[in-house]
Amino acid sequence: MIEEELRHPYDKFLRKDRIPHIWCEGCGNGIILNCFARALDELNMDLDKVAVVSGIGCIGRISGYTNTDSFHTTHGRPIAFATGVKLANPELTVAVISGDGDLFAIGGNHFIHAARRNLDIKVICANNFIYGMTGGQGGPTTPMDTWTTTTPYGNIEQAFNLVHLASACGAVYVARWTTLQTRWLTESIKKALQKEGFSFVEIISECPEIFGRYNKMDTALKMMKWFKEASVVQNFSDPAEAKITPSRIVVGEFVDIEKPSYGRLLKEMRTKATQRKTGE
Amino acid sequence: MTVATTVAEKPKIVRSGRRFMSGDIACAEGSIAAGCRFFAGYPITPATEIAEHMSRRLPEIDGVYIQMEDEIASMAAVIGASYAGVKAMTATSGPGFSLMQENIGLAVMTETPCVIVNVMRGGPSTGQPTMPGQQDVMQARWGSHGDYEIIALAPSSVQEMFDLTVDAFNFAETYRVPTFVLADEIVGHMWERVNIPEAESIRIVNRKKPRESPNPKFAPFKPDADLVPPMAVFGQGYHFHATGLTHDERGYPRTESVEAQTRLVQRLCNKIRKNKDKIVRVQEDMLEDAEVAVVAYGIAARAALSAVRKARVEGVKAGLLRLVTLWPFPDEQVGQVARRVKAMVVPEMNCGQIVREVERASKETPVIFLSKLGEEPHKPEEIFEAMRGTLK
Repeated sequence: MIEEELRHPYDKFLRKDRIPHIWCEGCGNGIILNCFARALDELNMDLDKVAVVSGIGCIGRISGYTNTDSFHTTHGRPIAFATGVKLANPELTVAVISGDGDLFAIGGNHFIHAARRNLDIKVICANNFIYGMTGGQGGPTTPMDTWTTTTPYGNIEQAFNLVHLASACGAVYVARWTTLQTRWLTESIKKALQKEGFSFVEIISECPEIFGRYNKMDTALKMMKWFKEASVVQNFSDPAEAKITPSRIVVGEFVDIEKPSYGRLLKEMRTKATQRKTGE
Repeated sequence: MTVATTVAEKPKIVRSGRRFMSGDIACAEGSIAAGCRFFAGYPITPATEIAEHMSRRLPEIDGVYIQMEDEIASMAAVIGASYAGVKAMTATSGPGFSLMQENIGLAVMTETPCVIVNVMRGGPSTGQPTMPGQQDVMQARWGSHGDYEIIALAPSSVQEMFDLTVDAFNFAETYRVPTFVLADEIVGHMWERVNIPEAESIRIVNRKKPRESPNPKFAPFKPDADLVPPMAVFGQGYHFHATGLTHDERGYPRTESVEAQTRLVQRLCNKIRKNKDKIVRVQEDMLEDAEVAVVAYGIAARAALSAVRKARVEGVKAGLLRLVTLWPFPDEQVGQVARRVKAMVVPEMNCGQIVREVERASKETPVIFLSKLGEEPHKPEEIFEAMRGTLK
């Protein structure tokens, strides 16, 4: 009985035999896992019908911790893998949870095309501005003039504005939050899980161990302080204007529209194909 | 006003009967007969007709056709569909096959039943898209990184494009391994008569399902005595994990354990190696008293058969060993023939790939290699002359 009382309410969402996780102290991934579990809980989702798919990177390990069917793909390919899963079994809610490098550098092509097709999957991106697993190299989301292990003179590349990219490619739901705004973040994950079509939630996540250390924010607290000071909540503002700079992180919901999903159109096409009339 | 329309009879799944079709279409029909209901691909000559045919056929039988953004995605989607419980295939040629190698490795590591058709053209690189080649047979064996075993079949007729595609699915499902149909441009584009059997008489194998109900101790990669684990799929309550990382029988990552790495990688190889006698198939023609043998596969085997027949007419004791299975390589069958003949001739549409395996398996017996690149396949006369030359 005591054991029963000591159980965390979200234990059922975790593979307890995989805990402790591999993430560093102060990493935002734990918050993301918690918000995801909370969203599943509050929606009372049938875990038998949820599949979690991830790519390679720190957050990529999340699929190993969720107590659902899960698949840890090759680098950059979770969305392409998820395409097969969702179309082969439309009953499943398919959540792709992966990092900025995985989804937008090596996997960028899959992201834009899945969004264009309005494939009914939920893409949750942990954006920590760097490649954490390999030790902190710069990537497609590293802001200009910040430091990483491969931008020792400051980053000279423009960063992707992910919410703008997602909305331009056709996503039906787009939101961005930092790991500080856990309530709103959980609500957005819930909306994404329920929405029919390609839904995208960007989570600005702290990596104090590397990105923070290279940019004068060497503790989680310092990074959270940055999120607090820089965050500007602007719901349904123009995603084109939501570029992240060291002094400004626009957060909120950006897109929430209705559009038939690929799966729905596929089903309609099949009906047409099976009921072929003679003489056509 | 009501317009009278007649609803056509329900689209047939297996188009049984005697038909005239191209190799690519026969391959597509073979996959459907085998139970394939998911195709993800990307247009590429000379395999495009497979995708086109699947785009027409799959929707009418409740299947899924999707054209992906590239071959990397196609291969990933095929793995996803297979893990969701649906038999899945992709079809490509050299350049696309190169892109697929990454996720072919993932399919090997996660033991995903799936079929990859490579209608081989001339390479390297973009090469000669509309010309035949047999240049990817080593890539099929070794193309992805790491150690592994796969199964590859080489059709040499349109009929075999149908039959071997069915077999490829059966092997993929039996051994949980990506299985290749290694065709070539000629076999893919050639039109021939095909006998498609009645659905009931086509042998279909489906993957083993877990014998236990979902439970917290379920081990999705625990093998049976045949070294193949029964396969759970998504959505059935097993809540299992699969990863491209080295993993244990629970599917959990074991990135630092020597024991886990050895155990897993050796099993992935052994499940094919130890079942080789059930997989390997060759076809022997006139080998009983042969003094010289041609060892050939795919389109080259057709000219080889003509050459052997011609040789017999001319009084040369020739025979043909046609390799239907390329991987795992039929070492024993090649070795047995090698011990009986004075020489072997290997015609291939490449600069020498399978010939290396033939040399390895035939030990002391001399092996003559006949290379052919570009548009024209081997002529029977060329193979005949080579055979006659070995006996002088």
